[in-house]
Amino acid sequence: MAKTKTVVLALAFGLAASAAGAQDLRIGLQDDADVLDPDQGRTFVGRIVFDSLCDKLVDITPDLEIVPQLATGWEWSEDGLILTMTLREGVVFHDGTPFNAEAVAANIDRSQNLPESRRASELSSITGVEVVDEFTIRFTLGAPDATLLAQLSDRAGMMISPTAAEAAGLDFGLNPVCSGPYQFVERIQQDRIVLSRFADYWNADAYAFETVTFLPIPDTTVRLANLRAGDLDMLERLSATDVASVRGDDALAMAEATSLGYQAMTINVGNGDEANGPLGMDARVRQALSLSIDRNVVNQVVFEGAFAPGNQPWPPTSPWYNDAFPIPERDVEAARALLAEAGYPDGVDIRVQVANNPVQLQVMQVIQAMAGEAGIRISLEAKEFATLLSDQTAGAYQASQVGWSGRVDPDGNIHQFLTTGGGINDSGYSNAEVDRLLNEARVSNDIDARRAAYNAASEILMSDLPIVYLYHPVWIWAMDADIEGFVAYPDGMIRLAGVTMAE
Amino acid sequence: MLAFIGRRLLIAIPTIILISIFVFTLQKLLPGDPVLVLAGEERDPAVLEYLREQYRLNDPIIVQYFTWIGNALQGDLGISLRTQQPVLELIAQKLPVTIQLATMALVIAIVIGVPAGVLSAYKKGTWIDWVANVVALSGLSVPNFWLGIMMILLISVQLGWLPASGYQPFSEDPLQSIKTMLMPAFVLGTGIAATLMRHTRSAMLSVLKSDYIRTARAKGLAERVVLVKHALRNALVPIVTVTTLLFGELLAGAVLTEQIFTIPGFGKLVVDAVFNRDYAVVQGIVLCTGVAFIFMNLLADVAYRVLNPRMRDR
Repeated sequence: MAKTKTVVLALAFGLAASAAGAQDLRIGLQDDADVLDPDQGRTFVGRIVFDSLCDKLVDITPDLEIVPQLATGWEWSEDGLILTMTLREGVVFHDGTPFNAEAVAANIDRSQNLPESRRASELSSITGVEVVDEFTIRFTLGAPDATLLAQLSDRAGMMISPTAAEAAGLDFGLNPVCSGPYQFVERIQQDRIVLSRFADYWNADAYAFETVTFLPIPDTTVRLANLRAGDLDMLERLSATDVASVRGDDALAMAEATSLGYQAMTINVGNGDEANGPLGMDARVRQALSLSIDRNVVNQVVFEGAFAPGNQPWPPTSPWYNDAFPIPERDVEAARALLAEAGYPDGVDIRVQVANNPVQLQVMQVIQAMAGEAGIRISLEAKEFATLLSDQTAGAYQASQVGWSGRVDPDGNIHQFLTTGGGINDSGYSNAEVDRLLNEARVSNDIDARRAAYNAASEILMSDLPIVYLYHPVWIWAMDADIEGFVAYPDGMIRLAGVTMAE
Repeated sequence: MLAFIGRRLLIAIPTIILISIFVFTLQKLLPGDPVLVLAGEERDPAVLEYLREQYRLNDPIIVQYFTWIGNALQGDLGISLRTQQPVLELIAQKLPVTIQLATMALVIAIVIGVPAGVLSAYKKGTWIDWVANVVALSGLSVPNFWLGIMMILLISVQLGWLPASGYQPFSEDPLQSIKTMLMPAFVLGTGIAATLMRHTRSAMLSVLKSDYIRTARAKGLAERVVLVKHALRNALVPIVTVTTLLFGELLAGAVLTEQIFTIPGFGKLVVDAVFNRDYAVVQGIVLCTGVAFIFMNLLADVAYRVLNPRMRDR
């Protein structure tokens, strides 16, 4: 019965949408989202859908400043151990449940204690939650945590209806109920996710479209063809090689933002036996590898210059970038000299694993050619991603070309990769001083102190090079030229506030 | 006839069991850890361990197999690791889509392939035969994905005649549904049409040489009657065999076609499931496909008996 209703409702929306084109915004995504539960979700495209579906306690600006969303204000105690938040009044969830401090407490509890939760580690610093009054909540921390607000600006801070969560349990993702500008209508796996305007949203006037339809179309050429044919109004992750053709098309517009993430070569320096080669044992070999690469050429050849070359965990445009270490110029002679100094005057042979998709392969082939000129002979091992990942975790690799999607707080781009025993430290890198600096940077709320710690850490990392950073992808959205008001964010999300379509 | 069908169904059982064992072990041999893929970028060891327990990935493989097959016999194919939807529900959602695609493709293939084969056999050695052969050869040689993208660019982007991709359920809007499926079905059907044309041609050629055709002509029957009623009917048995075998090819081709045209069918489901090591989904799909294939073969055997009375008594 309920199913029939949904179908009828969906049909009605479908008809309404086709009757008035501008009322429906159709967005092409590169993948299908996973489970639509903020506590269980793990995909990038899932986060794009959540941005229209679920409000968060705080949001970010394009410059990565934290701004109010469901929390209108917040205050830290002197010692950084207590965070008190004032909540927005008059907000309701899509099922009519009122949003208040009790709801926040229930959400934090679910994120921390649901066994399937992927958010537990993001909120691990919170040791106590106290409902002060209906619209005031107080978080007690076990230790100061500079990353907490940034965590609350993403899935960990998304508020779902406690009533719906209680009733649905693990099935919440099949029919998500949040408090965002749009509510869930239907989902057909690998085909579409349909959301409709939530009339009782606290900022409903900022949202122009009656419905939003997300359509997963993995092939970038086909995604663009759909946009050109008018079957989509907007798409994310336009291929860098299509930028020129979209620029030349008056019917289309483009927006771009350098992402928070990076692509790099992770090098096995201490993760099992494979670390015992020239590359893993001797930092000079890694320095030579880095020096042999012309990062601009990689960007020009593979991405037609649309991406951003890089050499640090965050892009050169980031406030956290250490200017003392600009992107190195390619220097083949210096690279050869370093190799000779390390005892390899005849060069070295190394193996690099790479995901078997055309783009990453091309990146590595360009690097292979450049490194070869400096005497570093790379043999590429193209692996399907699931295999690559498990080999990397298990230490069955010398070097691995992988990336990271990036986090709002700088800590998320570095701490778990480069501290001893860090969750994603597949390099097996361990340096007590780096550990100390990175731990210090994550507990301080003083921006200057944090920056000093990151700068000091990068000084060590630039010479140890357990990770050789290559470039930062740029998010590129293509859309109908009639779409106005879209703001590109470095997190790659699609925020629909203020976005309209001219008739 | 009923006894025959019953016998065939019984023979199918060991085949299905073998398929299930084969798929299960093959999958477990794949490198890559499903839980690691499932965890995505956040690799919290506690969560990983919990998920392994939850999906019983720590059990010995024999135990895993029997748990799975035991549940499958009760109609429970497990839960998708990725979306947490029951596999049976996923299949029920996707199967009609792929069946529609495959059926339309098959119809297109038959409509093009059989007449072309008949014609080129009848006009053997003439320019008609030659053209039909060249077209068939190109139909076989052009890869689906290329043809697909070219058609999207030409028919959807340039001409705007058909939607570039997507899917409309047949039950909701039959006309729109056929419209969205037309291009993918054509792309999928052309390769099959070519094979079908070649087989029809050779079957017709051998039949046209037989004595009874000469007799039919000698009787003064119209050429059309000779061709369609006498020759084609006898040539149909090998054609039916080929068509059934092509059904497997059709399902395999659907995987690619569905990717290009973003049709939410079986093919896309299985590709995503393999990449994500979503074991339960892959197993469920292969099992269903195996059963479908066996069923198609059964249909072919029944069709032989309908077409060829000599085969009925056995």
